[in-house]
Amino acid sequence: MSDALIELLPSVLLEGLLLGCVYAMIALGYTMVYGVLGLINFAHSEVFMVGAVAGIEVYRYVGPHIDNPYALAVVAMLVAAGVSGGLAVAIERLAYRPLRKRGSTNRLVPLITAIGVSFFLQDFVRLIEGLWHGEFYMNYPADARMEAVHELPLGMTIQTKSIIVIVVTAAMLLGLDHLVRRTRLGKAIRAVAQDLQTASLMGIDPDRIIARTFLIGGALGGVAGVMFGLLYSQINPFVGFVPGVKAFTAAVLGGIGNIYGAMLGGLVLGTVETLGGTYLFFLTEGAIGNEYKDVVAFLILVLLLLFRPQGLLGRTQGDKV
Amino acid sequence: MLELRDVHACYGHIHALKGVTIHVQEGEIVTLIGSNGAGKSTTLRCISGLLAPRSGEILWRGQPIHGLKPFEVAALGIGHSPEGRRIFPRLSVEENLEIGAYLERDAAVIARRKTDVFSLFPRLAERRKQDGGTLSGGEQQMLAIGRALMQNPSLLLLDEPTLGLAPVLVENLFETLQTLHRAGKTILLVEQNAWHALHIAQRAYVLQTGSITHQGIAKEIADDPEVKQAYLGGD
Repeated sequence: MSDALIELLPSVLLEGLLLGCVYAMIALGYTMVYGVLGLINFAHSEVFMVGAVAGIEVYRYVGPHIDNPYALAVVAMLVAAGVSGGLAVAIERLAYRPLRKRGSTNRLVPLITAIGVSFFLQDFVRLIEGLWHGEFYMNYPADARMEAVHELPLGMTIQTKSIIVIVVTAAMLLGLDHLVRRTRLGKAIRAVAQDLQTASLMGIDPDRIIARTFLIGGALGGVAGVMFGLLYSQINPFVGFVPGVKAFTAAVLGGIGNIYGAMLGGLVLGTVETLGGTYLFFLTEGAIGNEYKDVVAFLILVLLLLFRPQGLLGRTQGDKV
Repeated sequence: MLELRDVHACYGHIHALKGVTIHVQEGEIVTLIGSNGAGKSTTLRCISGLLAPRSGEILWRGQPIHGLKPFEVAALGIGHSPEGRRIFPRLSVEENLEIGAYLERDAAVIARRKTDVFSLFPRLAERRKQDGGTLSGGEQQMLAIGRALMQNPSLLLLDEPTLGLAPVLVENLFETLQTLHRAGKTILLVEQNAWHALHIAQRAYVLQTGSITHQGIAKEIADDPEVKQAYLGGD
């Protein structure tokens, strides 16, 4: 019994890592927007969903013309990044900015707006897909080359598509780290997040920086959508909700507003959830199934928030000088 | 260079500026003194676009700038070192300075300005990799001024740069301002530390509950019995 558990561990960890990659990429969108605006952009789960759907359309229309499945996956991710990034900017421009310009300090108003945008997008995509293709339940096509299994040490195996997910996530996280820490735009984003008014005195147009933040967060969410499709295949207009809530949880777990927190929180949550779900199943001999993995994930969140309310890498309040 | 004509401004129902008319000429240090709540900071906030005036005109080199957004005013060459220093606490000293030079894209120019600021405030060079929030009050003040200088503004608006500084640092700071003045910078200085401010400025305005009560040559203002009584603690 325990031997089986230990034997299982590496592959469960790998599975958790993959899920964690998806969560981390989505969580960045929540945390970056929160960083600059103090707003929980609940429509971000739909930005992710639209990315997944955009990816499907690439597979539908470009797929037949590209034989190389790796190149096709990259094209799908690029298109999804563009569509989701553009969508996030449009949401900011049409839904949040007008509210901001009215100078309302009520935080509930943009929050409710975000939820409204979320519902709108779900049904809009359902309508469009329904009219266009006659159905709105979609599957990422399986390609034998993407599903190919490679041997790893410790008896682990990994599929080609999983390698792609890990490599792309690592590249995006490193790229984002470089952008935020080293570039002019990154410094401006951090300055606006810390003190929007003073940043504007330095000649920074806050609206422009906020739009760029939505663009980057949205693009990451779009890529995450394609990754999700590659890993789990089934997509529909409502597929954003659960990963969205989980990624938001990951952002809070890591410390909302902190991009490294979102990365860490995503990976931790994905791993813990997969571990918990699998081992509960085995330890209770199936009485508590894998579907209880969400309970594990949120239990971790509750415990963490009890003992470390600012999240793993979050700051305690009161450091604004 | 800069001219305010009959500027009125309000915070909600509070009428903070009641017809302020001032001007600043190229190369001058002009000081705006007055007690707490007189409207000194509000005047600067109107100039830099943080607060839209209710009425009146603000002209920069003859062009109206009221109604412009702060980042547009900054782009015209007006640097504002705001009340309370407002450095970016989680950016390093160096990044704070680089943000000051946000509008400049030439890396060589930015590097040269940084060298200038570091030679003016060697302490900042020692702490260049430290987060702004970890600096002492005096160092943060240097950083705030350094950051404004990184903009290389034609006009520098300084809001209470000596607030909370030890007396020796206050002396240093005013020396620095005079150095900048000799280098040709135009400065509009808001101060509670009226004696020092009047000492280095060419002209001065005294602001009281939103209106200008005295104006003229700084030395004459400093000798005005009423001003002495109210702001310089008598003789």
